[in-house]
Amino acid sequence: MQLRSKDLLGIEGLTEQEITLILDTADSFREVSERSIKKVPTLRGRTIINFFHEPSTRTRISFEIAAKRMSADGINFTKSGSSFSKGETLLDTVLNLQAMQADLIVIRHAVPGAPGLIARHLDASVINAGDGPHEHPTQALLDMLTIRRNLGSLKGKTVVIVGDIAFSRVARSNIHGLVTMGARVIVAGPPTLIPMGIERLGVEVSYDLDRVIPEADAIMILRIQLERQGKIFLPSLREYSRLYCLTADRLRQARRDVLVMHPGPINRGIEIDPRVADGDRSVILDQVANGVAVRMALLFLLAGRKEMTMNQ
Amino acid sequence: MTDLLLKNGRIIDPVNHRDETGDILIRDGRIAGTGKNLKPDGVETEIDVTGKWIVPGLVDMHVHLREPGREDKETIQTGCQAAVAGGFTAVACMPNTVPVNDNQSITRFILDKALDAPARVYPIAAITRGLDGSQLTDMAELHDAGVVAFSDDGRCVTNADLLRRAMDYTKLFDGLIIEHCEDPVLSNGGVMREGFVCTTLGLSPIPSLAEELMVARDIRIAEYTGGRLHIAHVSSRESVRLIAEARERGVRVSAEVTPHHLFLTDEEVRSFDTNTKMNPPLGTEQDRKALEDALIAGVIDCIATDHAPHTEQEKMVEYDYAPNGVIGLETALPLVLTQLVHSRRMSPSRMVEVMSVNPCRILGMEGGTLSDHAVADITVIDPERLWLVEPSRFYSKSRNTPFGGMSLRGAAAMTIVSGRIVYQADEE
Repeated sequence: MQLRSKDLLGIEGLTEQEITLILDTADSFREVSERSIKKVPTLRGRTIINFFHEPSTRTRISFEIAAKRMSADGINFTKSGSSFSKGETLLDTVLNLQAMQADLIVIRHAVPGAPGLIARHLDASVINAGDGPHEHPTQALLDMLTIRRNLGSLKGKTVVIVGDIAFSRVARSNIHGLVTMGARVIVAGPPTLIPMGIERLGVEVSYDLDRVIPEADAIMILRIQLERQGKIFLPSLREYSRLYCLTADRLRQARRDVLVMHPGPINRGIEIDPRVADGDRSVILDQVANGVAVRMALLFLLAGRKEMTMNQ
Repeated sequence: MTDLLLKNGRIIDPVNHRDETGDILIRDGRIAGTGKNLKPDGVETEIDVTGKWIVPGLVDMHVHLREPGREDKETIQTGCQAAVAGGFTAVACMPNTVPVNDNQSITRFILDKALDAPARVYPIAAITRGLDGSQLTDMAELHDAGVVAFSDDGRCVTNADLLRRAMDYTKLFDGLIIEHCEDPVLSNGGVMREGFVCTTLGLSPIPSLAEELMVARDIRIAEYTGGRLHIAHVSSRESVRLIAEARERGVRVSAEVTPHHLFLTDEEVRSFDTNTKMNPPLGTEQDRKALEDALIAGVIDCIATDHAPHTEQEKMVEYDYAPNGVIGLETALPLVLTQLVHSRRMSPSRMVEVMSVNPCRILGMEGGTLSDHAVADITVIDPERLWLVEPSRFYSKSRNTPFGGMSLRGAAAMTIVSGRIVYQADEE
């Protein structure tokens, strides 16, 4: 089986079978990272470009490590120090990258739809590494892998996503993925950060974290920012913490085997109590490890496409 | 001026409650007679228009011609060529040129350029100098120079006191204020209508409230002052309700709707095609239906395209960075025929009202009728012509349409301004 598209622009539209394929493939690559020589020759000779238009640590390094472990040639470049400062458009930039025979472009961009814009004009594969508040598919896949490895399956599991749903690409991609995989999703947060119509994506909405915590198999905490685009959505971080911080007290109301997740970077003491972040229910660093495996799997499934097609 | 006789057309002239087959004689730029089997002496040109409709020239009261300043997008000449190809005999052009049409010398420049253009051009002047929302333009002088209305289009006059004074002041000559209703604090940074689709796409939302609050405010100001208000490109169901109520109370308010708000919804934005980006943004299906119903019922007076040309390179960028607006002059009539008239939701005669009679009435301009002695601005429509929207064949300099590739039925066959044929469609 193969993925239907040459690109991974989002989780929306992926089938249950496709998500399962990616997670199964990632499972098999987990083992590579645990070897003393963490490298396979699978993508030797492939050129992968990490094009980060927005700051990123975790995702960029994770893709970089994934490329190296697959023996691909990975090139990084960021907005600053590129020809953007000279007014070159996004499309012109990526057409130049393609002319240099890039096989796959990983893009992080502040504007929703930007990865799709370049994907339409390129023969190379495109992976969306986060486009504004739209989607962050590799994050959702690593989150789903983490839940699946810890709880055995996604089907029928209840996942509570807490915090800034309105501006979160992590929330959107996870909602699409989890709903497709048969999980129950509850989003919890203040009304100002719950975007209009979100329930039509198949999720339940709650403003009351304490009420939904006992139902959770996994609690996914999102990073909170006080101010966005010059608009105030919260009275104060202090009040936000009172209502939505995952504290040790709140965690005691949860199931004993609940998973505590966070995509990072963490605001310790604001959306999550440091004791919870570092506690025994936290799988936050497990998520990071799974991130490398998921990205290796995607590079294999997408950059390896031509090879697979030729062999068939 | 040569004589022209159009024979055997379906004459649709709602002002005279007429919808019948007959001939029209045009002499010296005016209509010289209508009837069956006209046999006047000395007619130079006789054209058989059997199977076609003869209607008063269509008028688009909201276009951007971009000249002066952005002639790379459109000029008065190319914009008017697009207009007549789309069946429009006159257009009213918005003042957001570079420099802004906020003084009579720019107005005169536009009118001067328009002398060589195939369509009539009615300039709209800015309400405030430089569209900056702080100081009124010399409105009486602009009125004398020939502007038909005032608008800071694209920018709502957010200062309520200033808008109130503008509405009071234009009572000097019973002038018209056209408002782009949008509270910029509420729409701040938004690129599409707030709602389910916007939530899915993660684009910055513009709440419909941004329009509705300003519609409500402007209606109150019009009512308070007794001034004349026209609401541009209405896009929300709630705005429609506010306008309907105001008209029942007798407030002097009129309204227009664009073809894209009539025929498209926010679902189109899922493609991230920047030709779905405009301001006001596309609404939901409920909004679309409310606009259609209001247009048919008479709450909304007219269709105006908000023809907004942009270059390809400006639109071929990330969604957030693309300029707002789409072109509409060459697609409006075929869309209305296909989607509303052929589907029998709107009568041909109501179509003539919303595309000709009412814009003329609102702007206080001649036209909108086929009465004897009326100015001979006439559109001949081939209601059956099958037509594929091919942007590369547009007369407009720009290509930014969301309707490219659509198959439409019906189009302008001939456009006549002042008795002169300024456009004739190629025979198949």
